[in-house]
Order: sequence, then structure tokens, then C-alpha cells
Amino acid sequence: MSRLRDKPWVLPVSVVLALLLGLLPLPALLQPLRPYWLALVLAYWVIEAPDRVGLGIAFASGVVADLLYGGVLGEQALRLVMLTFILQRFRARIRFFPMSQQMLAIGGLLFNDRIVSAVVHIVVGEPTLPWSYWWAPLLGMALWPLLFVLLDAVRFGRRGR
Amino acid sequence: MPPYAGPPVASRQGDAASPLRLLAYLALAITLIVLDDQAGWLSRLRAQANVLVQPVWALAGLPGKLGTQVKDNAASHGQLVDENRELRNQLLIANARLTRLQTAALDNAQLRELLNVAERSGLDVQLAPILDIDLDPVRQRLVLAAGSRDGVHIGQAVIDSGGLMGQVIATTGSNATVLLLTDPDHAVPVTVARNGVRLIVYGRGDTLELRDIPLSAGVEVGDEIVTSGLGGRFPAGFPVGKITALRPDDSHAFLVGELKPAAQLDRGRDVLLLRPGAAIRIPPNLRLQDEAGGPAAPLPAAHEPPQPDPSAANPTAGGASPANPTPSARPLEPTAPAAQPARASFVDPASSARPLQQLGGSAAATSPVVPNHARPAESVENRE
Repeated sequence: MSRLRDKPWVLPVSVVLALLLGLLPLPALLQPLRPYWLALVLAYWVIEAPDRVGLGIAFASGVVADLLYGGVLGEQALRLVMLTFILQRFRARIRFFPMSQQMLAIGGLLFNDRIVSAVVHIVVGEPTLPWSYWWAPLLGMALWPLLFVLLDAVRFGRRGR
Repeated sequence: MPPYAGPPVASRQGDAASPLRLLAYLALAITLIVLDDQAGWLSRLRAQANVLVQPVWALAGLPGKLGTQVKDNAASHGQLVDENRELRNQLLIANARLTRLQTAALDNAQLRELLNVAERSGLDVQLAPILDIDLDPVRQRLVLAAGSRDGVHIGQAVIDSGGLMGQVIATTGSNATVLLLTDPDHAVPVTVARNGVRLIVYGRGDTLELRDIPLSAGVEVGDEIVTSGLGGRFPAGFPVGKITALRPDDSHAFLVGELKPAAQLDRGRDVLLLRPGAAIRIPPNLRLQDEAGGPAAPLPAAHEPPQPDPSAANPTAGGASPANPTPSARPLEPTAPAAQPARASFVDPASSARPLQQLGGSAAATSPVVPNHARPAESVENRE
């Protein structure tokens, strides 16, 4: 994997797009299924470009997301920092997983993220999300290969790696 | 504290990220959460940040806007003609109702003058489009595509054709955030339209909840709940919801009711913002008919729906206008001990805006009554 042909604008654009996708209006039925785009995109970058995306960027984008979505300030920052840290820890293994195992790992991370979010909500005294929202990690898991391939393709040009 | 953007060196050293940095960031995040939750010190910072966030919201709202535009463009001629005809009919009916209500309002103002009560300040409404974006699903918020530049200010009540939606909690130049009734942080003072029992409606995420209903209050499933105007934030008489279920609370001394919101709280296209407006003026030629017993007396009686008879004695209004069972002077049923018959100080808004509730096609027979019952509570508000 050569980093030479890497396009530097892909990282900020993908993060901004992920933030926007989180705001995109969905029909009420699909709302619980909205995948956590920001986490997926950050996970990609942590795995693929660990020298560019670390805890700092995860924290910053989490704070921005909190401001954008109007939630508890710091909640998403906390969730994303945790997710990033776990990914960094197991990056060496996850990177060389076959795609199916990688999906499972990401699914587990997203599920863990839901738990963290629920814990934060309970501690702060906000109501937790309805149970239907626990399906979202599954969808995020299913979207992971797509996102991975797409981001790779955009990053290294049309020819792929 | 670590530098904001992670230095490349740190993550280079092996794959294990340093737990120290993790701890630092976690501590920072938790501090933010606690500060935001407990102290509210961050609210100023948030207001500033909202200005920065504004263009992103506008960008995120584009797809929704585009969608409605496409839908508008795709509508066929036949559909538009049909819709147009239907809307015209609705307008006709609404206008007819409006004239009736105006007569009633005038009549009411006249009677108020008879009773020497203060003139009501009127209410005006302003249309504001909703910016079509989804915020945090835990919190029930709406973003309006109108801000302080359009005259929106914090604290304004937001309604739609069905009833009360919420209130404006933050404004920037071109956006405003609305806290919906269903938000867990939100509470509205209300009365039961049927018997004037005063309660408070709390948001419960996606439904509304009435807590601490006395067992003896006689509140029943199906009761209409309207704002009482207590607290002064919301004008009285706007429908809030309808009770769908009642159950005893943990102590079994009170009831807890579930409410179906009267307003359409999911995304519509536009909402109405209430603002103070001109009071109803009584034309001078009507002013002198004091002793005539009210020329328009039959009119309000005409759209008085089948109500339990206001049989209770009418101490305040009885002497002044015997012919006219004007709702403003009707006392409450004895179940609401605190709510006395109308006192001498009405500074009540809500008269000019009331016809607007009718436009949306809420049941014609029931809604004109709704404000009437709430009115005695207003006097309580003014006594505070």
C-alpha cells in the first residue's frame, strides 16, 4: 500500500460528509436504522492512516458532531475517543482480518458504542433511545465493506490499489 | 493536556495507543458532559458555536428542500387543480368560521368592557419554515429556517394548525431551535378543557405525560388538554393533546396520564410563531350598547357546543349581562378548588390568534370552546 498517491482532501471531506449524513432527514421508520456514519468513517481512517487520525481528531469531530446534532456536549466525543482507542489497540490485527471478520469487529465496536451512549444517557439522566435503535450497528456493519471500498477507491484514484 | 491534533509521533510508536492520552481525552469529554449537563456554563459557548454550525445545517437541509421541490414539480396539473379546489373550499369554510369568531371576540371584548376588566393584548402569528434536518433523536428539537433577523426571539411559543408545538430556545441570525413539547426537558402548564383542573404536561421523548393527577379530579381518558397560560410563557387556550391512557402512579395516590399531542410534531413544512399583536378594538358605535343585553348574544350561543350546562351560579357576570352566557365569566366546576371564577384582571392574549387554530381543520364544533374553559385560569395567572 503506497501512501504516495494518497489524496489529502479525502479525509476532511469524508468526515464532513459523514457529519452531514447524520443530519440528513430520514422517514420516521428508518430513523432508528441510521448508521453512525462518523464512527464508520473515523474507523476507516484509524485503520488505514493511523498517523493522520488519532484520538485528537476523534475528539474534535465528536465535539463538532455534538454541536451539530444538539446532543449532550461531549457525549459523541467520548464515544468516538473510546472507539478510536480500541481500534488503535487492535489495529495490527484488524487490518489483516478478512473482510467478514473485519465487519464483525466493526459491528462489535458499534454495538459497544451504543452501550457507551446508553450509559452516558443514564448517568446524565436523559432518556435512552428506544430499543429499535439497537439495530443500527447491524446496518453499520453491513455498510462497512462498501464504505471501505469506496473510500479506498476515492483515496487512491479510480484504479484502486 | 495533549495538543489538539494528535502528533504523528505518538501513534507511530507501535500499534498500542498510549493509555495516558486516552485518559486525558476521556477526562476532557467527561468534563464537557458534566459541565453541559450540570452547570449550564457552556450555554454561552454553545450559542456562539451555533452560529458556526448554522451553514452546516443549511447545507444538510438542502436535500430535504430539494426533495419537496422535486415533489412540487412532479405534481401533475390535475392534482394541483384538485388541491386548489380543496384548499379554496377550506378557505371558504375557515373564513366563514372566522367571521363568526370575530363577532364572538368583539362581543367578548364588549363584555369585558362592561365588567371593567383590562383589555386583552392580542396575538399575532408569523409563519416560519422548518429546516428539514434530523437532530439527536433523544432530544426533541426542530430547527427553523428563520432566525433573529426575521424577528424570532427566544421564548416565543410555536404552534401549528393542530395546537401547541413548543417554544423557541435558541436563535441565530437565520436559524432558530425549537424545543418540542415532547422533549424530556419540557413542561407546560395546562388545564383539562372539560373541568378546568390544572396540571402540568411533561415531555417523555415521543409522547407527553400528565403527572400527579389527583384521583378526585375526575380526569378521564379522552379529555382535551389545553394550555392554561400559567407561568406566562404560553398563551392560554391552545390545544396540547388528548388523554389516551390513565394509570395509577407508584404511590397509588395519583394518576399518570398519557397524552397524544394535538400538534403534528414530526416534520411538517411550516410552523407558526406567536407574537404580541394588536388588541381587538371595539368600534365606537358598539360601545354604547352596554345595556342592550348584547346584540350579538345569539351568535356565541350558536356555536356553543353541547357542553355540560354551566349551571353554577355566575357571581361576577350575572349582574352585568344576564342574557348572554358568555364563556369568559363561566366559573369552573367545583373539582378545581383553586380556579375561581373570572377575576377582574384579564390581560389575556390569544384572541386574535384563535381563529388561526381553526384554519387547520381541527374539529369545528369543539375548538371554539377550548379557549373558554381555560380562561378562568388566566385570571389566576394574573394574580400571581
